[in-house]
Amino acid sequence: MSKTLVWVEHDNASIKDATLAVVTAAAQIGEVTALVAGAGCDGAAAAAAQIAGVSKVLKADDAAYANALAENVAPLVAGLMADYDAFVAPATTTGKNIAPRVAALLDVMQVSDILSVEGPKTFTRPIYAGNAIATVESTDAKLVVTVRGTAFAKADATGGAAAVETVAAAGDSGTSTFLGSEIAKSERPELTSAKIIVSGGRALKDAETFQSVITPLADKLGAGIGASRAAVDAGYVPNDYQVGQTGKIVAPEVYIAVGISGAIQHLAGMKDSKTIIAINKDEDAPIFQVADIGLVGDLFTLVPELTGKL
Amino acid sequence: MKALVCVKRVIDYNVKPRVKADGTGVDLANVKMSMNPFDEIAVEEAIRLKEKGVVTEIVAVSVGPAKAQETLRTALAMGADRAILVVSEDEVEPLAVAKIIKAVADEEQPGLIITGKQAIDDDANQVGQMVAALLGRPQGTFANEIAVEGDSIVVKREIDGGLETVKLALPAIVTTDLRLNEPRYASLPNIMKAKSKPLATKAPADYGVDIAPRLKTLKVTEPPVRSAGIKVPDVDALVAKLKEMGVA
Repeated sequence: MSKTLVWVEHDNASIKDATLAVVTAAAQIGEVTALVAGAGCDGAAAAAAQIAGVSKVLKADDAAYANALAENVAPLVAGLMADYDAFVAPATTTGKNIAPRVAALLDVMQVSDILSVEGPKTFTRPIYAGNAIATVESTDAKLVVTVRGTAFAKADATGGAAAVETVAAAGDSGTSTFLGSEIAKSERPELTSAKIIVSGGRALKDAETFQSVITPLADKLGAGIGASRAAVDAGYVPNDYQVGQTGKIVAPEVYIAVGISGAIQHLAGMKDSKTIIAINKDEDAPIFQVADIGLVGDLFTLVPELTGKL
Repeated sequence: MKALVCVKRVIDYNVKPRVKADGTGVDLANVKMSMNPFDEIAVEEAIRLKEKGVVTEIVAVSVGPAKAQETLRTALAMGADRAILVVSEDEVEPLAVAKIIKAVADEEQPGLIITGKQAIDDDANQVGQMVAALLGRPQGTFANEIAVEGDSIVVKREIDGGLETVKLALPAIVTTDLRLNEPRYASLPNIMKAKSKPLATKAPADYGVDIAPRLKTLKVTEPPVRSAGIKVPDVDALVAKLKEMGVA
C-alpha cells in the first residue's frame, strides 16, 4: 500500500479545516501520515493525531518553520519523502506555495488542485478555469498532489489516536525572512467553509453601499461574504473576499450572487455550489445560465426587501 | 540588475473554451490567443523597475510553439529589451518549463525572475516555485507589491486570510498576483519598434532539457452541466424558496 505524507495547515495551536479534506483525499491514495511543521506546534500536532484516518503524525518543531516559508519547509518535506510515495497538500495559498517547490526538488510533475482520485496515480483536475476536466495519470515514481478542498468530504477531526513522532529540522535556508502579516479580522464563517455565501459585484457602487446592502443579508443568513474581482479591484472589499479562478474556490450549500454578471473567471470559483441564486437587473447576464433561482430587478430595492422578509 | 520575465501564449481569457468531441483536449484551432494575463503583469512590473532605475535590462522568455513569437513581440512592445523563444510545438509541462527557465537563468544570470502566478490554460500554478527550487533561490509567490531594497526584495504576498510580507535575498523569483499592477498597452510606434528588437530562437535540446511529459492525459471532458434553473417573479417567491430549502 502506498504511504502518503499530508501537509497539515495550522496556526501552531490548532489545525485548519483545509487539512481535513486533504486527509480524505490522501486516504484514497494510501496510508496517511500527517506532517506538522511549525514553531511551538504541540497543539497542532495533538489535533492532527486525532483526525480520523491519520495513522502517524510527524512533528518538526523549529523556529525556521514558524511561518511556513517555502524555502525552509520544502527541503524538510523533500527529505522525508524518501520514505513516502505521495506528498499531498491542500490547494490553499500555503499548499500552492510549497508543493511545487517540493515537486521540483524530487524531480516530479505535480498534479494541481485534484477533484477526485480515480486510481493509484490517476486523478481528475480542472483546466481552463473549470471549463474542462482533465483525467491525468502520473508516470513519476513519487506523487506530489494538491487537493481542492471543496471536492472532498472532510475527515472527522476527532476519533483518531495516532502517535506523534518528532523529526529533526532541516535548518534555515537563510534566503528568506518573514516580516509580518495583515490578516483580515472577521467574525463571519470563513469563505471556503461557509454553508451560505452572499457575494457582491461591481453593481454595488462603492464600499459603503456594499456594506449596507450585502452585510445585513449575510448577517440574517449567518453567511460568509464574497465578491467578484470587479468589486475587489474597485476597492469595495479586501482581496481575500475574491471568489473565482484567481481567488477562492467555494462550494457552499447556497451561493447568492448579487450584482454579479457571471464572467468565466468568477464562475470557476463558485459553479459547484449546491444552489446558486442570482439577483441581477440584466436578464441576459451569464450568471442566470448557472443560477438555480434567478430574480431579475434592481438589487438596491430587492436585497433590502429580501433581508426584511427573512 | 537584469530581469528575466517568463511569458506564455494562452487562449484569450475572454474566450469560452470548447472541449474536443474526441475527448483529447480543448479545441484551440482558430481560437484567439493572447499573452497570459498574469504574465502581462509580470512584464509591466519589470518595466516599472526599469523605469525606477532598479533594473537595467529586461529579457522576456517563452517556451511554446513558433507562434509564441507574437507573445514575445507583445512583451517587447510593452518595453522588454530582448527576447528568447524556446520552441516546442508539443505542450511542455511546468517541470520541463522550469528546467528550461533555470538553464536560461544560468546563462543570463538575472537578479530577478518574474513570472505570472498561474497560466489560465493549465491552471497549474507551479512554474515559478519550481524555478526557485531548481535554482535554490527564494520565492515570492502571489505578489501584491514588491520593493527592491539593496541586495534583497520585499514582497507583499496575497494569502488566504489577507496579506503577508517577506524579505528575500536576491537573486529571487517573484510570481505576480492580479493586483500587483495594471499592465500598459503597447502603443503603435512601440509595436513597430518591437519588430526590430532581438529575438533569439532556441530549442529545449539546446539547454539539454528533456520535455517528455510526466503526466499522461487520459481524457478531457466537459464539466457536469447544471440543470436549468427557474426565475422567480418577486422577493416573496424567493423567500418561499429559501424557506423550502431550509436556509431561512
